[in-house]
Amino acid sequence: MSTSTTSHGTDQATAAPGVPEPDEHPSRGRLVLRRFLRNRQGVIGLCTIAAMFALAYLGPFLSPWGYAESDYTAFLAPPSAEHWFGTTQIGNDVFAQTMRGLQKSLVIGLLVGLLSTAFASIVGAAAGYFGGWTDRILMWFTDLLLVLPAFLIIAILSPTFRGKTWLVFVALLAVFAWMITARIVRGMTLSLKEREFVLAARFMGVPAWRIIARHIMPNMASILIIDATIAVGGAILAETGLSYFGFGVQPPDVSLGTLIASGTDSALTFPWLFLFAAGFLIVAVLSVNLVGDGLRDALDASSDRAVKRDDETAVAESRRGATA
Amino acid sequence: MTAFLMRRLANYVVLCLVATFLAFSLASLTFNPLASFAERTPPPPAEVVAAKRLELRLDEPIPTRFTGWLGGVTKGDFGTTVTGTDISSELVSRVGVSLRLFLIGTTVGVFAGVIIGVASAIRQYKFSDYAATLFSFVLLSTPVFVLAQLLKYGGLQLNEAAGTTVLYFQGEATPSFQGSAGAALLDRLQHFVLPTLAIALPLVALYSRYQRSAMLDVLGSDFLRTAQAKGLTRRKALFKHGLRTALIPMATLFAFGFGLLITGSTFTERIFGWYGMGDWFVYGVQQQDTHIVATVTLFVAVLILISGWLSDVLYAALDPRIRVS
Repeated sequence: MSTSTTSHGTDQATAAPGVPEPDEHPSRGRLVLRRFLRNRQGVIGLCTIAAMFALAYLGPFLSPWGYAESDYTAFLAPPSAEHWFGTTQIGNDVFAQTMRGLQKSLVIGLLVGLLSTAFASIVGAAAGYFGGWTDRILMWFTDLLLVLPAFLIIAILSPTFRGKTWLVFVALLAVFAWMITARIVRGMTLSLKEREFVLAARFMGVPAWRIIARHIMPNMASILIIDATIAVGGAILAETGLSYFGFGVQPPDVSLGTLIASGTDSALTFPWLFLFAAGFLIVAVLSVNLVGDGLRDALDASSDRAVKRDDETAVAESRRGATA
Repeated sequence: MTAFLMRRLANYVVLCLVATFLAFSLASLTFNPLASFAERTPPPPAEVVAAKRLELRLDEPIPTRFTGWLGGVTKGDFGTTVTGTDISSELVSRVGVSLRLFLIGTTVGVFAGVIIGVASAIRQYKFSDYAATLFSFVLLSTPVFVLAQLLKYGGLQLNEAAGTTVLYFQGEATPSFQGSAGAALLDRLQHFVLPTLAIALPLVALYSRYQRSAMLDVLGSDFLRTAQAKGLTRRKALFKHGLRTALIPMATLFAFGFGLLITGSTFTERIFGWYGMGDWFVYGVQQQDTHIVATVTLFVAVLILISGWLSDVLYAALDPRIRVS
C-alpha cells in the first residue's frame, strides 16, 4: 500500500523545510494521526462519541430502573435523585429510556454508515473497473435510486418491517444511502485502473476481484473512511426522523426519534421528556460531523485546508527554528 | 442550449414516472387498506368488505391499477381515498399550503445562505466567520423536528416577554378571523414566522457552507486579481466577477436542497399543524392509503423535476460554456 500511496500533502509535509522529524520517514498512518490530533474539533468529536457509547452501554447499569419498567409512585416527576431525567406519563424512567434510545440510534447509525459505504465501494469499483455494460447498468440503477425520494419510499415500506427485527430497517436505510459515494468511487477507480501498479498486476494475471480488493480499494481508503463517517451522521438523522413518525424503530423498542416524538407534545410543559433525548441526538450528530470534518482535513490531502495548514505550520515551524 | 434543456427535461419526466410507479406499486404491495375498515366495531358485513375490495380494485394486477390511476390523473382525477373522499378537491388546498411554505422557505434560505456564505469568505478566519461556521455546524446536526420544537419554545418565551401573543404555533391563520385585510395579513404573518424559520434555517446552514467554499476558491483566482488590476474597485470586482462565478456550483446544489426542504416540510407541517402535502403523506401511510401516497409522491417528483430543471436553466444562464455548445 505504501508504495502506491502518493499524495501531495504527504510529500509536502515530509519535504517541508524546518519541520522537525523525530523519525526520518513517518508512516502515512502516523502522519494522518498527527494531523487529526492537531484538529481540535475532530478530537473533541471523537472523545464525545466514545463517551456517548460508553454512557449508552454502561449507563443502564448505573441506574436501578430498566427502560420498560414503570414506577407507579412517580408519574411525570421532574428530574430528581431517584429518577435522574424524570419520569414519563406512565412512570417510565427517562434516563433508562434515553440510554436505550441512544444505544439504538448510535448502533443503527454506525451499521448504516458501514454497510452503505461497503456497498458503495463494491458497486463503484465494479462499475469503474469493468466499464462497458456493467458500468452502464450499475450507474443507471444508482441514478434512479438517487432521484427517488428515499424518505417517502422507506415510509411506504414501513408496514413490512413492523413486528420484524430492526435490522430490516438498517438494511433499508443503507439501500438509500450509498449512491453518491458510489459515483465518487467509480470516478476514482477510472483513474486508478490506468496506473502502473494496477496494469502490472493485471498483466501478471491477478484476477479482477483481487486487483480491486488489494490495489484499488486501499488507494481510496481515505475517501471511504471520510464518507463512512459522514454517512453515520446522515443515517442517525434519517433513522430518528423516520422513527419520529413511527415509520422506523417500532415499539416496545425505543430510539431517540421515538422518544422525542412521544415527548414533543408536552415539551413546553414537561421539558425533561423532550430535552434530554433531543440534546443527546444533537450532540451525537454534531460529534460525528466534527470527526468527519477532522478526518477530511487529515486524510484528504487534496482538500485545501489540510495542505494550507501544513504550509502554515511549516512556515511557523521554520520561523521558530530561525529565531531559536 | 435548447437541445440541452429539452434533453434534461425528457430525462426528468421519465424519472418522475418511474418514481411514481415505484411508490404506487410498493404502496399497493405493502399496504392493507382494508385493515382499519374490517376492524371496525361492529365489524362490517363480508359483502360490504368485498364491495370495498372491488371498488378499490385490490384484486387487479398492480400495473393495470397504476395505468388506470394515471389515466385519471391526466384528466385531473386523482382517485378517491379508502374512506371515499375525493383526492382532487383536497389536493388543491394542500398544494397551496405546501407551496407557500416551500417558496418562501427557499427564497429566505437561498438569499440568507448566499449572503452569509459570501460574507464569511470575505472575512475568512474573523470572528464572524467562526460564528457562522459554528452556527451552521450545529444547525446541520439538528433534526427539523427538534429545531421546530425549540422554535416553538423560543416563540413561547417571546410571547411571555411581550405579554401578548406575537407568534402563533398552530395552523396557518386564526380560524374564523374577523378584521380588515391588513389585520388578516398580519395574523397570517404571525403564524408564518416560526414554520418558515424551521425549514429555512437548515437551508441557510447548508447553502452558506457551500457558498463560502465556492467563494474562497474564487477569491484566490487570477481573473479576480486581473479585474482589480485593470482598475475595478474590490467591491465591484468581487460582486461582478467573483460572485457570479461562485454562484455556478450553487445552482446544482439548489436541486439537492429542495429534497432536504421537502423532507423538512413534512415535520414542519405536522408540528405546526399546517395541512399540507407532507402532513397528508404521513396520514396516507398511517391509513395505508395507496392513492394519497401516490399523489404526494407524484407531487414531490414533479417538484424535484421543476427544481432540477430550473437548476439546469440557471446553470446554463450562469455558465457560458453550456449556453454556447
